[in-house]
Amino acid sequence: MEKYLAMIRMRFLMMLAYRTDYYTGILIYSINIGAYYFLWNAIYGEKSSIEGLSSMQMTTYVAVAWMARAFYFNNIDREIATEIKDGKVAIEMIRPYNYLGMKTMQGLGEGIFRFFFFSIPGMLLVAFIFPIELPHEPATWGLFGISLLFSFVINTQINLLTGITTFFLYNNAGLIRAKRVIIDLFSGLLLPISFYPIWAQEVMKYLPFQGISYVPSMIFTNGYSSGEIGMALLQQFIWCIILIIPIQLLWIVAKKQLIIQGG
Amino acid sequence: MFYVSMFFQYVSQYMKTRLQYRADFFMEILSDLLNQVVNLVFILVVFGHTQFLSGWSREEIIFIYGFFLIPFALFSAFFNIWDFNDRYIVKGEMDRILTRPIHSLFQVILERIELESLFGVVTGLIIIFYSGASLNLELTWYDPILFILFAIGGALAYAAIFVVIASIGFWSDAKTSIMPMMYNIGNYGRYPVDIYNKVIRFVLTWVLPFAFVGVYPASYFLRKEEWYAYAFATPVIGVVFFMISVVIWNQGVKRYRGAGN
Repeated sequence: MEKYLAMIRMRFLMMLAYRTDYYTGILIYSINIGAYYFLWNAIYGEKSSIEGLSSMQMTTYVAVAWMARAFYFNNIDREIATEIKDGKVAIEMIRPYNYLGMKTMQGLGEGIFRFFFFSIPGMLLVAFIFPIELPHEPATWGLFGISLLFSFVINTQINLLTGITTFFLYNNAGLIRAKRVIIDLFSGLLLPISFYPIWAQEVMKYLPFQGISYVPSMIFTNGYSSGEIGMALLQQFIWCIILIIPIQLLWIVAKKQLIIQGG
Repeated sequence: MFYVSMFFQYVSQYMKTRLQYRADFFMEILSDLLNQVVNLVFILVVFGHTQFLSGWSREEIIFIYGFFLIPFALFSAFFNIWDFNDRYIVKGEMDRILTRPIHSLFQVILERIELESLFGVVTGLIIIFYSGASLNLELTWYDPILFILFAIGGALAYAAIFVVIASIGFWSDAKTSIMPMMYNIGNYGRYPVDIYNKVIRFVLTWVLPFAFVGVYPASYFLRKEEWYAYAFATPVIGVVFFMISVVIWNQGVKRYRGAGN
């Protein structure tokens, strides 16, 4: 356990050393939020609400969805791919820790860093520029926090899965890029899931993606009734458990057929 | 003439190296395609909830997006200079560039071409023809000529912005992450400018002319007469901004002192 905590700490400190990169990151996210703010305003036009969300809630949704992304987003799939290509993974595997667990902890260290130095100041900045309604009840904040942790886990698990495919595909840069685009669309970052046509919503119910962005953002914007919150959190939790299975299976197979290309 | 032959030399070299790793090449095109599909899905889903976006219909918005893809593809294929600072200035590669017999900017562009991005022209044309057909747009004989002029003008406007930002590297050694920011601001040009407030509209027109990449030129083909003045200004804006950017580049090159050992 201690070694994993050390991993989180090390990654956190590493990020801290390069923190200036993150100020422009906040600006980039704010620019994106701005684009969607104007777009949604034009879409709402005279309408007071679409699919149960008012235009104010929509702005809040966009803002929190992007700033939450700063927390759950990481590049560990790309890191795993590079380590496999460089052959570093061979050394990593003889070290006394679980490689995937260690990668997850690095992702968490990165996430915690971004949460404090990116998400929170970013949210303050955005709340200052755009009309945003922050939740009043402490309970909502708490539930949002829990949901956000689940989104981190689900997103990281999908990243691990994508990373492991490097063992089989050797070069999966395209797959990694495709995965990122698909998550942006299906997780509810660009569009709340409730905006999709009914048939698409039915399909997405059986996919883990909406647990990444849609659920926490809906909780934050008060778009859910209390019963729905419980269901949504439960669903996130179940996905966290289910996704362990393919990761473990692929990992076992991958270890067996590992070919070190360099090193 | 020398420049033209250099250009084709580099293109043929590029094709050889890329086709060596064919799977990679196609994956790149595919992931670009996926990106475009996502943007289209966004437009389609949004228009499931509204008829008009500030008076623009669904097909018109799709047309604008399709048009945007074409200058953007030209830009991405030939002005892949977003990492110029890291790649050329920090590593001292610029020294080598300056010993070459062609203009330094042209040399950098040749080395960094990424022709697979040109596939965006194909997607753009398909989208334009599809949405144009459902809008019953009429074509005149000179429209194709204007189309090419507008597309090149838009690409030059886009390129100008990135050349200027790359030139910043000559003055300041600090690592700039303005480039990715510009890519995000560029997305503002995909939608009609009338949805933004006055300040942003002004910026998108006269400071960072991203509106000349999408909505302004496209509005000519959509026969939106109130935007004609802007539409016809596209090639002029493109050329003027690009010339300014080359002047700034040349000034920067004069200041370049070299780095590394």
